[in-house]
Amino acid sequence: MAFGRRNDTAGDRSFYITTYAVLTFLTLIVLYPLIYVISASFSSAYAVATKQVWLYPVHFTLDGYKAVFRHSMIMQSFLNSTLYTLGGTAVNVCLLMLAAYPLSRRAFPGKNLIALYFTFTMFFSGGIIPNYLLVKDLGMINSRLALIIPFGFSAYNMIIVKTYFQSNIPNEMLEAANIDGCSNIRFFFRMALPLAKPVIAVMVLFNGVGHWNGFMRGLLYLNDPNKYTLQQVLRDILMLSKISADQLSMISDDQLVEMTNAMELIKYSVIVVGALPMMVLYPFVQKYFTKGMMIGAVKG
Amino acid sequence: MQLRNMAKPNTAFRSRKLLRDIRLNAGLYVLLLIPVVYVFIFNYIPMYGVTLAFKKYTIKGGIFNSPWIGMYQFERFFSNAKCWQIIWNTILLSLYSLMAGFPIPILLAIGLNHIRSNKFRKTVQMISYAPHFLSTVIIVSIMSQLFNLQFGLVNRLVEVLGGKPKDFMGAPDAFRHLYVWSGVWQNAGYDAIIYISALSTVDLQLHEAASVDGANMWQRVWHIDFPGILPTIVIMLILRMGSLLSVGFEKVFLMQTPTNISVSEIISTYVYSVGLTNKRPDFSYSTAVGLFQNGVSFILVMLTNALSKRVSGSGII
Repeated sequence: MAFGRRNDTAGDRSFYITTYAVLTFLTLIVLYPLIYVISASFSSAYAVATKQVWLYPVHFTLDGYKAVFRHSMIMQSFLNSTLYTLGGTAVNVCLLMLAAYPLSRRAFPGKNLIALYFTFTMFFSGGIIPNYLLVKDLGMINSRLALIIPFGFSAYNMIIVKTYFQSNIPNEMLEAANIDGCSNIRFFFRMALPLAKPVIAVMVLFNGVGHWNGFMRGLLYLNDPNKYTLQQVLRDILMLSKISADQLSMISDDQLVEMTNAMELIKYSVIVVGALPMMVLYPFVQKYFTKGMMIGAVKG
Repeated sequence: MQLRNMAKPNTAFRSRKLLRDIRLNAGLYVLLLIPVVYVFIFNYIPMYGVTLAFKKYTIKGGIFNSPWIGMYQFERFFSNAKCWQIIWNTILLSLYSLMAGFPIPILLAIGLNHIRSNKFRKTVQMISYAPHFLSTVIIVSIMSQLFNLQFGLVNRLVEVLGGKPKDFMGAPDAFRHLYVWSGVWQNAGYDAIIYISALSTVDLQLHEAASVDGANMWQRVWHIDFPGILPTIVIMLILRMGSLLSVGFEKVFLMQTPTNISVSEIISTYVYSVGLTNKRPDFSYSTAVGLFQNGVSFILVMLTNALSKRVSGSGII
C-alpha cells in the first residue's frame, strides 16, 4: 500500500485510508464540474442538447469557440478588462507602498494618528450610495477612469506590506544611510522599494486578480457596452442570454429549437474562454498568494 | 510656584524636540501625502456621505447641502413589511455560510498535513485552489449551467436516478444551499492554507513521543494537532463573526431570480435595487439602509476585536 508503513498500527492505517479516500473524493468533486464544462464546450450543439455528454467531448468540434470569437463584445471587453486591471493595480500598489513604508519606520510625530486614519477604513465605509454619488460628482460615471482610480486603498494589504518592511528593512539600515547623507525619500526609492520586490509581486497579483474578476464596479459605474468589463459581457451572455441571432446562425439554421441548442453550446465555450486566463495563470500565481497569506498571518 | 518654573523649560524643550523630529522625518510626511489625500477623498468623503441618511436628497443640494429630515428614512425602513425578512435573509445566509464553510478547511488542512506522498498532496492542493481564482460571474454561470432545468447535468442525474427535474436556480428552497455549498466548493481549498501554515508549527517531537507511547493517528490528531492550531481557529472564528452582516453583494445579486427573491434579497442587494435601479432613485432611503448595515457591522467588528484581544492578546487594530 502506498500509504502504509511497517510500524503503523491498525488505528494509523484506518486514519490514512480514510484521509486518502476523503481527499480523493473531494478532489474529484472539485474537478468534475470543471471537466464537464470543458468537455461540453468541445462537443456539438446536438450532443449537448440530447444530453450525451457526461465526461469527455462527444462529436468533437470547435463550433462553440468559433461563435465566441466572432462575438465582437468579448474581444473588446477583454481589452477593456486588461486596461482596468493594469491601471487599477498600479494605483493600488503605489498607494500601498507610499502608505506602508513610512508607517514601518521608527516613531515620528503623528505616526499613530496617521496609522489609525488608514486602518479605520477597514471598519467603516460610506457604502454603495455615497460611493456612487462621489464618483458621479467627480464626473466619472461611464468613464474608464471609474474602474481605475477610485476606492483603491486597502488597509488590510497595507498592514501586510508594513509588516514586510518592518521585518526586512530594519531601521538601523535607514539610520546608517541617513548618516551617509541619504535622505528618507532617496532611501525609499533606492533601497526600500527594490528590497520589497517579493511583497510587491504578491500585492500586484492580489490586486490584479481582484480587478480582473471584479464585477460590481462595472455594474455600478459603466453603462456604455463598449466600455464594459469582460465579467459584465460574460454575465450578459451567460445569464441574460444576450446573443444575437447572427452568432447563433453560425452553427444552426434559424429554427427555434436549434437556436436554443446552439445557445447552450456557446455558453459552455464562453465559460471556458472567460475562465481561461486565470486557469492558465493560477498555478504560477498561487505560491505568491500562499506567501502573502503567510506574511499577513504574522502580525506587525 | 516652583513647579511652574520647572515646567517652562520642559515644554520649551519638548516643542523644540517635536520640531526637530518633524524635520528629521520630513521625507516620510512627503511620502504619506498622496495616500492621505487619496483616502480622504475616496474613503472619508463617502463616510461623510452617510449623513445623507438623515437628509432629503435633492439634486441641487447634493451630499452637502440637502435639507436635514432626521430619522425619517430609518422609520420608513423599519416600518416596511419587507425589512425584517431582508435582515433575516442576510443573517441566515451568513450563519449558514459560517457553519458549513468554517470547519471544512480545518479538516482539509489536517488531512493534507499527514499525507506522506508529496505528489498526492501537491495535486490535491493545486486542484482544490483552482476555483478560488474563478470570478463570481463564472462560478454562478457554471452553477446555472449545471442546475439548468432542461439540459443541466444535475437534473440529468436526478432523472437517471428516477427523480423529477427541478429548476434549482429559481427555487426559493434551494437558494441558500446552492449559495453556501458552491462557496465551500470554491474556497475550502484556499481557506485551508492558513491552517496548513499553523499546522507546520506543531512540534514533530510531540508526534514522535506520542507514537512511542502507543497513540494512533486519530488520537494524535485530536490531542496534538487540534490543540496546536486551536488559537488560529479561535481567531479566525472571531474575525468571521465580525462580518455577520456583510454578505458579499456580487454572488447574491448574480444568483437572484424573480422567483427566489423572497429568500435572496439581502441588505446590500436591496440597497442597490432601491438606490440605483429605480426610475426615481431614492438615494437618502437607500443610504439609510446601507448605514444600518455598516453601523451594525462596525459594532460587531469592534466587539469581536475586543474579544480577540482578550483571547489571544492581539486584535486586528
